[in-house]
Amino acid sequence: MLTGLTLTQARAGLTTRKFSARELAQAHLDAIARLNTALNAYITVLPEADVLASADAADARYAAGTAGIMDGLPIGVKDLFCTKGVRTTAASKMLADFVPPYESTVTANLLGAGAVFLGKTNLDEFAMGSANMSSAFGPTTNPWKRKGDEATALVPGGSSGGSSAAVAAGMALAATGTDTGGSIRQPAAYCGIVGLKPTYGRCSRWGTIAFASSLDQAGPMTRSVADAGLMLEAMAGFDAKDSTSSNRAVPQFHKAVGKSVKGLRVGIPAEYRAPGLSADVVAMWEQGIAWLKAAGCEVVDVSLPHTRYGLTTYYIIAPAECSSNLARYDGIRFGLRKDAPSLDGVYEATRAAGFGQEVRNRILMGTYVLSAGYYDAYYLKAQKVRTLIRRDFEQAFENVDVLLTPTAPSAAFAQGENMDDPVQMYLNDIFTVPASMAGVPALSVPVGLNEVGLPLGLQVIGKHFDEETVLSVGGALEAAAGFTHTPSIHAGAGA
Amino acid sequence: MSLDLATTRRIAKLARIGLEEHELEATRQKLNGILGWIDQLAEVDVTGVPPMVGTETETLRQREDKVTDGNSRDALLACAPETSGPFYTVPKVVE
Amino acid sequence: MSYTIEGRTGTWEIVVGLEVHAQVISHSKLFSGASTTFGGDPNTQVSLVDAAFPGMLPVLNHECVAQAVRTGVGLNAQINLFSRFDRKNYFYADLPQGYQISQFEHPIVGKGVISIELQNGDVREIGITRLHLEQDAGKLLHDQDPTKSFVDLNRSGVALMEIVSEPDIREPEEAGAYLRKLRQILRYLGTCDGNMEEGSMRADVNVSVRKAGEPFRTRCEIKNVNSIRFVMQAIEVEAARQVEIWENGGEVDQETRLFDPGRGATRTMRAKEDAHDYRYFPDPDLLPLVLEQAWVDDLAAHLPELPDARRARFQAEYGIAFYDAGVLVAEQAVAEYYEAVARGRDGKLAATWVMGDLFAALNRTGNSIETSPVSAAALGKMLDLIADKTINGKIAKEVFEDMVETGESPDAIVEKKGLRQVTDTGAIDAAIAAVLEKHPDKLAEYRSGKDKLFGFFVGQVMKETKGKANPAMVNDALKAHLDV
Ligand SMILES: [Mg+2]
Ligand SMILES: [Zn+2]
Repeated sequence: MLTGLTLTQARAGLTTRKFSARELAQAHLDAIARLNTALNAYITVLPEADVLASADAADARYAAGTAGIMDGLPIGVKDLFCTKGVRTTAASKMLADFVPPYESTVTANLLGAGAVFLGKTNLDEFAMGSANMSSAFGPTTNPWKRKGDEATALVPGGSSGGSSAAVAAGMALAATGTDTGGSIRQPAAYCGIVGLKPTYGRCSRWGTIAFASSLDQAGPMTRSVADAGLMLEAMAGFDAKDSTSSNRAVPQFHKAVGKSVKGLRVGIPAEYRAPGLSADVVAMWEQGIAWLKAAGCEVVDVSLPHTRYGLTTYYIIAPAECSSNLARYDGIRFGLRKDAPSLDGVYEATRAAGFGQEVRNRILMGTYVLSAGYYDAYYLKAQKVRTLIRRDFEQAFENVDVLLTPTAPSAAFAQGENMDDPVQMYLNDIFTVPASMAGVPALSVPVGLNEVGLPLGLQVIGKHFDEETVLSVGGALEAAAGFTHTPSIHAGAGA
Repeated sequence: MSLDLATTRRIAKLARIGLEEHELEATRQKLNGILGWIDQLAEVDVTGVPPMVGTETETLRQREDKVTDGNSRDALLACAPETSGPFYTVPKVVE
Repeated sequence: MSYTIEGRTGTWEIVVGLEVHAQVISHSKLFSGASTTFGGDPNTQVSLVDAAFPGMLPVLNHECVAQAVRTGVGLNAQINLFSRFDRKNYFYADLPQGYQISQFEHPIVGKGVISIELQNGDVREIGITRLHLEQDAGKLLHDQDPTKSFVDLNRSGVALMEIVSEPDIREPEEAGAYLRKLRQILRYLGTCDGNMEEGSMRADVNVSVRKAGEPFRTRCEIKNVNSIRFVMQAIEVEAARQVEIWENGGEVDQETRLFDPGRGATRTMRAKEDAHDYRYFPDPDLLPLVLEQAWVDDLAAHLPELPDARRARFQAEYGIAFYDAGVLVAEQAVAEYYEAVARGRDGKLAATWVMGDLFAALNRTGNSIETSPVSAAALGKMLDLIADKTINGKIAKEVFEDMVETGESPDAIVEKKGLRQVTDTGAIDAAIAAVLEKHPDKLAEYRSGKDKLFGFFVGQVMKETKGKANPAMVNDALKAHLDV
């Protein structure tokens, strides 16, 4: 089944000419054609002829022996990465017809490595959300169903929900995601796939539509930990166009997977045993601890005392940055414009019509916390607390190599649930936000199903720029868990 | 801190998001709920703690003073919802 | 206080502070690789970053940082090794990002001082509060269409230095002197061309009035005044307007105003109800800017000589007066011209020629020092001809005028016209004899005690020699002949 492969397996098949890149691409286009109506994982599917032309070019490179590390691998691209000549919407009405005349650095890197793009995947509008419910192009549906309840549509998580659903359902071998407070890891956990948020600065932000600049980081969403390493190698790297991009060398990340984890010290942060944590998640966490012990890790209790302030800090800093980052959507140079007799009238009409409610609310919240009289109490305070959160991690990492936590407090929930109380929705990110605040790398690995058959993920958090250890530990969990389940809606199912 | 309607209106104006009167109250309530939750930050003692700007993993990089960009007017203007000749246009602004 | 306004309720003084936006001389913009050249076709010098396309990021231009540091050193100011870029958030059609990247809390340059000289010779020090780097906005054109304003983003993102003075200025004249001095320093440093017509230097003028000894009253900011003369006018009329309001029992509103040169008045620019709240915060796309002291020291060590230092040196080295030295250093090109003429020669004589005949000739022929028809080398050569007595001062004037007209070298002109000074005593004696013979009456008068006629005889002898006689020799010889 070509749509069920890992990147690593597909690459092996292409290298040995077991199948062609064209066949692989066609299989995925067929899967998208069959499943996208139900899942709405893609906002834009590239024209078949273009996809096949890319695949043919990849086949030619395989024949010539010049194939890159992602060559011929069909993937989805979160619709937050600007793609030259291909509509890029950020799942917003504001950019419904925006066709960038430029290619983001991350997608350019992937193209340079030979990847074949299938289309642009759905997301929460401007990446603001944890359920993929705020997309102007309609919600993405999680391909997983509760056991015995095929009727209830579940959320794929967010904001990279289209990417996670596509990868889980066999509509792409892998996909790019972006993570600001958990937007790669949480949907990966909800959809039973692997998601890696690298260290802030690993992947260039140039050409990726900004949500919160000090937090946004692109990363891979894949079916295996080794795939995440492989794809990150292609995505990452220094970019002179991004002042916050790191100029450290990019290691061969995939080689870290399978390395022995014996003797590594794994910290278990006490504060993550938060109230509201579901029993199945706790059980899975305990199981993960046991697996790592069995693999030779030393498990240590640690404390990250400011964990509980991570979310509130995040919900000041991220909206503040977004309120400023989204000021450029003003109806003048690109995107939607609503006419009005005055300049302010154009601004107000355009931004009221172009932004959905969640985006509007976050812009307003961000405007408020930065405004005169409130800056010190909110924004400045949050930046100071952010320092404390970062110090928590630094202190913990003096004693341990990685941290192990659940990725999310529960499994995927139903569409429409948690919608009325924004704070309830925000709590989905409680375990993912702190690593974003500190800028450290974190990986979500699917490790099992809960009693209603939904996937659960565990999160491995590492030191700045130490993705390799994170991947090694993630690989050990993956090997121990042997997670091979597939969702109810899948390209391979009932076909 | 509790958010009143006047402040909500002022923020919406600052952010240039045109909200109808009835939307303002709903927005006020939503934001107020979030603010109530955020107020727990007040209990954190940050005496002597410096604010974290960015993620502080690198120092600011600078580029050489070279002209490397420009002359792409057509490609840029093609993205604009309204143009006139070589210009972007807006409703007449009185200064 | 020399400048005051007499009101019905007493005497008012004015308090002025200036915020000058000086465009940094650089090839490319502060955060993008687009060109900064003035006068390009609309929207051709615009990168995706300048037009604020989604996902675009700023990358700092190193040369702009260096220019700001040079300027800071030139303003005798504190250079801050740690500075930071902040976003100033507001919506306007000329501001694509919806924010201006500026430096709010931590500017690159701190306190400094400029000393200015007034017409009456008084020297005053005006404090500099700070200098920071920021992006320029685009340009709006309002006269192209009845219902639309047009937007040109060529200037969007060009680097500006905002140089803020302390409210130390007390007269319109001081404001003018401050701006001229600031412009002079910037031009010497090569950090801003100071061209106000092209908008590369613009002033925001903060004006308030108060009675002697009072704390500051409410000030108004007059935005974007684009000539020194208008700045001085704007201060006068704005101060008068404020005095009028206070004296009528009113309150001056803190507001932004515009100066209308046509009407010679200021008017409200933005209504109070949309008072701004700029929501400054550190730009998360840019990390803090950290400079090395050694790098700053190196820049400082390689700065060109600044006007005050050069003026003092000219006085000392060339023996010229303080005032003359001031005139000669006013423009860098003039100072360099002068020095090329004066070096190794009589500095005072060089100053006389440059400030006198040369300036007059430039004026008359509509030239600047850069396009002078007489090069510094040629003028120097001419002074050499005076020094070695090839020509005298009077003939030199004739030679100089010829140089202006023909651009020929002074030696060539002297040869061509046979202007070589007569130093042959025989020839001079012969001329004297001829003159005395022609004017026996005057000779008699002189000898009977009318000493003043000596000048008459000198003139006649010079005339007889067509001005070419060496005047000193004529004097000596005449004395010998007359005083027998
Ligand atoms: Mg200002
Ligand atoms: Zn300014």
